[in-house]
Amino acid sequence: MRARYPDVFDRPASARLAMPAMIVAAFAILIYGLVDLDFSPSRFFAGLSQLGWISLMMIPPDPGSSLPIYLKALGETLSIALLGTTLAAVFALPVSLLAARNVIPSQILRFPVRRFLDSIRGVDTLIWALVWINVVGLGPFAGVLAIAVSDFGAFGKLFSEAIEGADQKQVEGIRASGGSALHEIRFGLLPPVLPVIAGQVLYFIESNTRSATIIGIVGAGGIGLQLAEQIRVLEWQKVSFLILMILVAVAAIDFISGKLRFAIIGRRAVA
Amino acid sequence: MTVAVSILPEQQLAALNAAYRQAVARKRLRLLLGVVIFAAALVLAAIGAEVNLRTLFTYFGNFISYFDRILTLDNGQRVWTDFGEWLWGWRKWLKMLGETLLISYVGTLIGATFAFGLNFFAAENTSPSSWLRFAVRRLLEFARTVPGIVFALVFVIAFGLGPMAGVLAIAIHSTGALGKLFSEIVENADMKPVEGIRSTGASWLACMRFAILPQVTAGYASYALLRFEINVREASVMGFVGAGGIGQELVVAIRKFYYSDVSAILLFIIITVFIIDISTGWLRGRLFGREART
Repeated sequence: MRARYPDVFDRPASARLAMPAMIVAAFAILIYGLVDLDFSPSRFFAGLSQLGWISLMMIPPDPGSSLPIYLKALGETLSIALLGTTLAAVFALPVSLLAARNVIPSQILRFPVRRFLDSIRGVDTLIWALVWINVVGLGPFAGVLAIAVSDFGAFGKLFSEAIEGADQKQVEGIRASGGSALHEIRFGLLPPVLPVIAGQVLYFIESNTRSATIIGIVGAGGIGLQLAEQIRVLEWQKVSFLILMILVAVAAIDFISGKLRFAIIGRRAVA
Repeated sequence: MTVAVSILPEQQLAALNAAYRQAVARKRLRLLLGVVIFAAALVLAAIGAEVNLRTLFTYFGNFISYFDRILTLDNGQRVWTDFGEWLWGWRKWLKMLGETLLISYVGTLIGATFAFGLNFFAAENTSPSSWLRFAVRRLLEFARTVPGIVFALVFVIAFGLGPMAGVLAIAIHSTGALGKLFSEIVENADMKPVEGIRSTGASWLACMRFAILPQVTAGYASYALLRFEINVREASVMGFVGAGGIGQELVVAIRKFYYSDVSAILLFIIITVFIIDISTGWLRGRLFGREART
């Protein structure tokens, strides 16, 4: 067997050593990182026992007397996610047309639009939230704007990719029958692309419920505000109740948007 | 030769036309209903989120002027006229950025290791028992649904301020996210090699090692790189809650209105994210070019 398959059994040393070398390098950086970031075992285990105490104190989850406030905060979070995502989608659609290769063939025009979207995306939602708090003040409105801006970057990219993936034949047909550029987009491009976009928007509403829970930590409204507050004052039973509320809400949104997504794109995907 | 165009009798045509119109009307009605429900939800959400268009219009100038302010130095000049003044803290910021990168690297690696250990138990086709699969799946779900920064908040209290809390938060979140993706790869793996190896009398561990692992490592590495990219972004805000990295500098600059510092730090973050995106993309193409194409 050895004689018949020499390249399986006698690989050159470089090929055999490449993988272990990479693993060793990866772990060397890991060790360096652990040392540089002050990972001492004593601190780790002290923290772990502390964490054990905290988890014990979390049981049972108990909202105390503030359940109505929490429900209101949760509603606020869902509102932020829904409004922010919708705003982002509305503004991103025209811009994404500008970034799509089959709509704007000119590389010079597309390039700045794409880099603009990239820079917006490179900045985290939390940072946008801080910026908007400076503009419109503390509260959920800042959260809506933060989600709208940061998703605008993500949608612009995703939508333009969906548009580029669309079939060009309809567009050509409309051009052949004498339609204008706007007609081409309205009747040739949008019908196949809209269901894809709708699916993506629904998916983002889902994932934004998650992001909306945390922008409250910097003061942009929603349930994160309550969560950060209760963690700071060490009310662990309330904390665990809030975390459970978030989990349930996210699961519910997952379920609903999954159904809706299937209703919108499922039939087309099957047909 | 004449072509016969069959024209339906008037009466039959009218009935068909009516049916067509009805069907279209029904579809339109459904669409209208959907739009109305959606609009109602939006209005409700607008009330819930205390949207105030007047505030927005009054202060929208602030948004524009905010960018104007962060692009202006203390002496009133534009930032790009004097790089030395604008990026005065570059040594410190680069160090903090390095810390951010290390946090995400260490966090991703620890998370990937745990996900690697758990994913065989979570996958449909390789899990030794169904209750174990259920437990592991719920655990992973919990780890990825609770936002990383919430973990960071709790860990800052348990482990003290500093990057350790950030690393652990990112590690847990990555375990959840990667565990799910990894197990999906395993579920797509070909089971024939497993049967072959099991037929030689090998243990479960040997089956995983020699039948599944060779098929899935490329996918694992690709997802882990993608996660690293996401974690760099996440680590850049871990400092907001005191969990280390460049976020700490940024939040101080924003809260204390050091305008030009804000833009300088943001510039550093954006460039870093770009570099990481491009280089991991390149690395993925380099390592797994063949798999990605097929």
